[in-house]
Amino acid sequence: MSEIAQKVKNIIVEKLGVEESEVTPEASFTNDLGADSLDTVELIMEFEKEFNLPIPDDEAEKIATVGLAIEYLEKHIGK
Amino acid sequence: MTFKRVVVTGLGALTPIGNDVPTYWSNLAAGVSGAGPITKFDASKFRTQFACEIKGLDVTQHIPRQDARKMDAFTHYALIATDEAIRDAGVDVETLDRNKVGVIWGSGIGGLKSFEDEMIDYARGDGTPRINPFFIVRMIADSASGQISMRYGFRGTNYVTVSACASTNNAIIDALNYIRLGRLKMCVVGGSEAAVTRAGIGGFNANRALSERNDSPETASRPYDKGRDGFVLGEGAGALILEEYEHAQARGAKIYAELIGGGMSSDAYHITAPHPEGLGAFLAMQDALEDAGIEPSSIDYINTHGTSTPIGDPQELKAIYQLFGDHSFKLNISSTKSMTGHLLGAAGAVEAIAAIKAIEHQLVPPTINYVTPDEEIDSRFNLTANTAQARSITTVMSNAFGFGGHNAIVIFRKLS
Repeated sequence: MSEIAQKVKNIIVEKLGVEESEVTPEASFTNDLGADSLDTVELIMEFEKEFNLPIPDDEAEKIATVGLAIEYLEKHIGK
Repeated sequence: MTFKRVVVTGLGALTPIGNDVPTYWSNLAAGVSGAGPITKFDASKFRTQFACEIKGLDVTQHIPRQDARKMDAFTHYALIATDEAIRDAGVDVETLDRNKVGVIWGSGIGGLKSFEDEMIDYARGDGTPRINPFFIVRMIADSASGQISMRYGFRGTNYVTVSACASTNNAIIDALNYIRLGRLKMCVVGGSEAAVTRAGIGGFNANRALSERNDSPETASRPYDKGRDGFVLGEGAGALILEEYEHAQARGAKIYAELIGGGMSSDAYHITAPHPEGLGAFLAMQDALEDAGIEPSSIDYINTHGTSTPIGDPQELKAIYQLFGDHSFKLNISSTKSMTGHLLGAAGAVEAIAAIKAIEHQLVPPTINYVTPDEEIDSRFNLTANTAQARSITTVMSNAFGFGGHNAIVIFRKLS
């Protein structure tokens, strides 16, 4: 697992209080990990803070699963 | 129409002198101070460096961590005190008609630390707002009653009263009236406050309300003593289960006392200073006696507001004398703030519990740290100085006054 993926997992475990084993790439924040809309906003903010990367709102709306978050961050970090 | 009778069937407390009701009461009876140096932040540059903090509390023992982090401490305190009160009341939440159970909570300020932390964080940035989505819901005062309702599924009347240090008594009186009218069968009432923060201490220092006796925190809260120099900030929560008498009887509940009346008034005088002759206090106590339908001579004990401020303490006693006449010297008076400090919006909650436990144990908790009499205060008052006093107690009054000139008084009586 990439360093980015591990950090993303850690943030999700910390913020949503879920087990690491539940945080699979396919897992949806709202449907599988018990997040509500505010939790999702907070997660995006935590990613922005952790990776020092502003995520525009229209992009943030598309990040609905763990895998999509990792994919987005891996694509945009370091560019 | 005939009003329903209202009784108290459960108590919960999280205080600077005990994290549950039994510990709180035994320390009240023993005259223990909850004051000590501030541990919650570095207070070395503040005029006041001590407070009555909650001690040894692990919030996650009571509230799952991922939920707890979305709440301010004043809401944690509210849930923890409510849990104890519900357990104490012995109610089976599942079998209650929860649409008829309300929550009316009091808080003077709400989530002060949440506000403070978020704005400090913002001020350290470059001006781009990165406000946490839970910021508002952590901060707003009504989140306490909202969270209690969600935890238990209580779907009746739900809100928070805000009248500074009178907040909880206003909550108790509102619930009393709803139950009297048959609008609710049961109501969780109480109050919580968590203002031992930089803004809380700094703000009350700035308006010169706090004691600055840094060399002796445990003797700083000294209501009625000549050397009093301000209140000691406390934090915590108290919760009471109010219930329609017949409802309580039908389920075989233990009944602590009957809530027989409440009185309210406003000083209409000054935003912080009480009326010099205690006019607002007098009117509220008179209103409470009238609401309860009793004579002044029925009162055995008054748990006073008595915050340990130079001007506040004497005016309350003046009002008591004006209303009670010579009976003022027969009843017991004590300020348990001498031990707990001043819990602001939660003061009425923990003091109502003190008053009710006084009835249960036939014991008046003391006013500690009373050393030097003040010539401004009539020496005939029995201030229950320093040591608890056993006496026959049927009816008690609990007083609360708040910045803004709000006065709210409640009266409890042993069930007859």
